[in-house]
Amino acid sequence: MTSIGSCCLLARGKGGLGRLTKEELVSLQKTMLQIRHFEQAVAKAFLAGQIPGFLHSSIGQEAVAVGVCASLREDDYVVSTHRGHGHVLAKGADLNEMMAEIYGKATGCCRGKGGSMHIADFNRGIVGANGIVGGGIPIANGVALAAKKRQRGQVVACFFGDGASNQGTFHEALNLASIWDLPVVFVAENNLYGMGTSQRRHQKVENIADRAAAYNIPGVVVDGNDVLAVREATLEACERARRGEGPTLLECKTYRHYGHFVGDPGAYREPGELEAWLKKDPLNLFRRYLEEQGIPASRLDELEAEAVEEVRLAVEFAYRSEEPLEETALEDVYVPTEAGRRAIL
Amino acid sequence: MMREITCREAVREALREELQRDEDIFLIGEDIGFYGGTNKVTQGLWQEFGSERIMDTPISEAAIIGAALGAAAVGMRPVAEIMFIDFIGVCMDQIANQVAKLRYMTGGKVTIPLTIRAPGGAGRSAAAQHSQSLEAWLIHTPGLLVAMPSTPYDAKGLLKAAIREDNPVVFIENKMLYNTKGPVPEGEYVIPLGKADIKREGGDVTLVATSRMVYFALEAAAKLADEGIECEVVDPRTLVPLDKETILESVAKTGRLVVVHEAPERGGFGAELAAVVGNEGFDYLDAPIERVCSKNAPIPFSPRLERFITPQVEDIMAAVRTTVLG
Repeated sequence: MTSIGSCCLLARGKGGLGRLTKEELVSLQKTMLQIRHFEQAVAKAFLAGQIPGFLHSSIGQEAVAVGVCASLREDDYVVSTHRGHGHVLAKGADLNEMMAEIYGKATGCCRGKGGSMHIADFNRGIVGANGIVGGGIPIANGVALAAKKRQRGQVVACFFGDGASNQGTFHEALNLASIWDLPVVFVAENNLYGMGTSQRRHQKVENIADRAAAYNIPGVVVDGNDVLAVREATLEACERARRGEGPTLLECKTYRHYGHFVGDPGAYREPGELEAWLKKDPLNLFRRYLEEQGIPASRLDELEAEAVEEVRLAVEFAYRSEEPLEETALEDVYVPTEAGRRAIL
Repeated sequence: MMREITCREAVREALREELQRDEDIFLIGEDIGFYGGTNKVTQGLWQEFGSERIMDTPISEAAIIGAALGAAAVGMRPVAEIMFIDFIGVCMDQIANQVAKLRYMTGGKVTIPLTIRAPGGAGRSAAAQHSQSLEAWLIHTPGLLVAMPSTPYDAKGLLKAAIREDNPVVFIENKMLYNTKGPVPEGEYVIPLGKADIKREGGDVTLVATSRMVYFALEAAAKLADEGIECEVVDPRTLVPLDKETILESVAKTGRLVVVHEAPERGGFGAELAAVVGNEGFDYLDAPIERVCSKNAPIPFSPRLERFITPQVEDIMAAVRTTVLG
């Protein structure tokens, strides 16, 4: 379904590539539910004043995170964005450590120094979310370059939004990845808004994937609310990358149900737009599909209850965790080599 | 008699020796391979190590630094070249927001063993976008180490240390010094980052000078000796970490400090050093600290104007006389 220099809309994926067992299908829904409830819990805690800073919610975009990460190997990498909770949860980040990080606690995965926008876990291939729009795209190339040099067959999934596709780093990085045939899947998560500016006001192309033509790489458009379609398209891009044939620009059309940040009323939306997209909620769509496949509704309800409980425990863990000690603020600026120790003085 | 080689050769030797020593090291930059480097620093390395180790990139500075950072984050040891330090403006997000902070933001989960080499400095009528001294941008960014050697000996030993360092290092060369010769021993040596070097001893005034200004300071010191003023010339060699001890010891001895750098005076390294010495060495001082720097203007094209804007030997001599004679 890929084509060089142009793009096509994939039909809803029903298991051509890499067929899934029923349990595997169920686990996709489980991860989407985890993300959904995680995002809801952090939004609630944020509005209650328990979480400092600001939050970018990915509610509505869960199928992109889960579909992409479900096609990755454990030793593959993801490079994420400011709206990255879903990406890193889908790649296997620890719920408790992540929640504690967002609460700014010492038990957080970044010891309370990164927060929502900088979740990383290199042991799980999570190279890091990023607070700079488009800032992660060139970094993904470097991870892929190392993977290629070491011939381990690893792939990097690099998430970014429609807004980032207008940054210079997008062009620089896709050009470099294409001439070096780097094993990267560039996942353009098109949620139709770069902050408050709609896609039609920020770029003339309808499909970001059309820009693949500029780099002579495949550009693929997929329904980003269809987790199986995202997974299939990513699998194909990953296989291509592992064969040494280089990157793919995979555009996932989706929508964020919240504003740019939690608390943004989203006054820039068209009337009726949100309602129309809510009808295409990726979790509801996939639940319907699973029921069609004979998964009992009671099993799916259980799944949701499990996700709710896991998130509740994570919130409790985060809430009860200690604040970081002040002196830790001066740690991790440098590796404590001789020069690093002296540089902080 | 020790052999003499140029700064260019010294840097190249350091790169070659490190490339031979460690397979994880690779060079990445614009026209550093097939072309041989715009300043010919990397000449011959592409033929010796091949295009997988000496990687030519498109003209895409953010892509260069990002690729080097990503590779470093998963265990490689890249050495990136930015053709002129002025071009870090194109990739400053990658340097200041990504390279410098990734370890910190992730609570120490990642190590970035990355060296960024870039030549700075005026003197060749290269005008405002190819002549700057931008070390202040870098020393102001926690997470980076900043080296700024003046001699071939220092350049080689410090570059080897930078490449072996587990923290990101910006290694600032000086385009006017590439042909400058100096003694460099055969064989292996490494100079630790953070150790200043006293280039000339003297008891009347301390001159702290960086990069090419070390030579200007030495020339001024030689001339001032004829007037009976003995200058001690201290080259910090790295600005982060800064060898405050050596500088403070020297000021304790002389009671006077003149800071010389080619970057503009306002907000420069000289201001930082003056604050350090004013705070930690106030009792040593017998006179106000003097700064000899570029005037607060871009570097102009005309050789006459360029000379006027940048510090000259006579400016250093005048500052020394002011501080010594009052």
